[in-house]
Amino acid sequence: MIPSRSTPRDWRATHAVRACGWLLLAVLLAAGACDSREAARRPIRMATTTSTANTGLLDSLLAVYEHERGRKVEFIAVGTGMALRHGEEGDVDLLLVHAPDAEEAFVAAGYGVERVPVMWNDFVVLGPSEDPANVRSSTSPVDALRRIATAKADFISRGDDSGTHKKERALWQAAGIEPTGSWYLETGQGMGATLTLGQEKRAYTLSDRGTFLARRDELELVILFEGDPALHNPYALIAISPERYPDRNHAGARDLIAWMTSSRAQALIAEYRVNGHQLFHPAALPASH
Amino acid sequence: MPFLVESISEALKLIVTLDQDLVRATATTLQVSVASTAIAALFSLPLALLIARFDFAGKSWVVTLLRTALALPTVVIGLAVYAFIARNAPLGSWQLLFTPTAIIIGQVCLIIPLITALAHSAVQSRITLIYEEARLLGAPPIAAFWLTVKELRLGILTAFLAGFGRVISEVGISLVLGGNIRGVTRTLTTAISLKTSQGDFAHAFALGIVLLSMVLLINAAIRSGHMEREV
Repeated sequence: MIPSRSTPRDWRATHAVRACGWLLLAVLLAAGACDSREAARRPIRMATTTSTANTGLLDSLLAVYEHERGRKVEFIAVGTGMALRHGEEGDVDLLLVHAPDAEEAFVAAGYGVERVPVMWNDFVVLGPSEDPANVRSSTSPVDALRRIATAKADFISRGDDSGTHKKERALWQAAGIEPTGSWYLETGQGMGATLTLGQEKRAYTLSDRGTFLARRDELELVILFEGDPALHNPYALIAISPERYPDRNHAGARDLIAWMTSSRAQALIAEYRVNGHQLFHPAALPASH
Repeated sequence: MPFLVESISEALKLIVTLDQDLVRATATTLQVSVASTAIAALFSLPLALLIARFDFAGKSWVVTLLRTALALPTVVIGLAVYAFIARNAPLGSWQLLFTPTAIIIGQVCLIIPLITALAHSAVQSRITLIYEEARLLGAPPIAAFWLTVKELRLGILTAFLAGFGRVISEVGISLVLGGNIRGVTRTLTTAISLKTSQGDFAHAFALGIVLLSMVLLINAAIRSGHMEREV
């Protein structure tokens, strides 16, 4: 079984060298992973919602910000529930989310400094164009959900504690309906995946207008109800409390919030288009600089 | 269906134009996967050899537990590591969350059981025989051990490659611990899941083609290196 071509001393040496090489490689790669993070100026870390990332808005805005202010921003796109959680744990420097009630509670509990409104869009009720529950003739979003529940037409819920899901649950509650049954489907995924599922199942769903418009051309789902004040969808920035988490990047968070609410960034938000559609409307009062 | 065809040209386009997002995601993917496979191998190989070579009380239970750990969902491992490295957690001050290092830690936990179990079953039937024979022929214990590893390298290599394949294709750990930050912790798989949720199926599938092609190249390189040594 011992190969005749080499002596024990030989292969012992080569193998030792080879093993050391592997070890070195592993350590180098791991160290490189740490180093590349230490070397750069401390980036601003933001937790945000899938809607701002899926529409491409943040990539486009932050590229301008990074260029103008020379600071790097790393954002983590998750549901609003998870984003607020990352804020509570002190994993991030600031949040960009859209669930006003949960945001107020977050600030009241001392996790955040204050809510700074930055932009808004609105929610729309989507469904198949044949509209079996006749949502088109509803008088309010609550009425629309009542019609869907009465018809037991398929409805897709995000089911992920996101801002959109929180809004949907509030509407069901206002309608006095506890949605259960085989017609009520929870995806537990982001808005994009939920729209795909709605499309395949020809089901109703509640979506933010931005994500829907970004996907509109490939979807057969249509807007069946829109324009009610109850469907307003405000986005706010919240810096993490310096008292609670002194070692977070508060200067960076403050700078990014100041920039996002400046007239320059607000104009960029208003100009941002996907497939020719405006997705978000500026909501901040122009700052002085 | 048409997006599958479209994705092939999309993949070619991304590669030919050296798409910056693709290059960075590929670099991060390789860095993280190679590091976690190498680190896990350092733990797994000695462990597998010791379990295969020596008999001890509860050995069959150890093997059973290892095999059970193969079923660990990636997101569960991600959350378990998160519990240690989140800001408020015991290791929070190390600031590992949302870094490539965090992904590596999670992936190492994922594949130590995998590589150990596979390497163990690859060597267990022959390890004692080869080791004893080498000792009889006069090799000192450590040399005999190296010789055994060398003789059984094919099965061990397969175990390493299985570990590599598992980490390069996983999403859960990379998402929970890495955060899918563009240019920093975005890997090919988290980019695929992002593109899918954006409805850009052709791009998502194209990234899948890139990932598989890369693994194919790596496997081919290892194979030719292996055959060279065989001759």
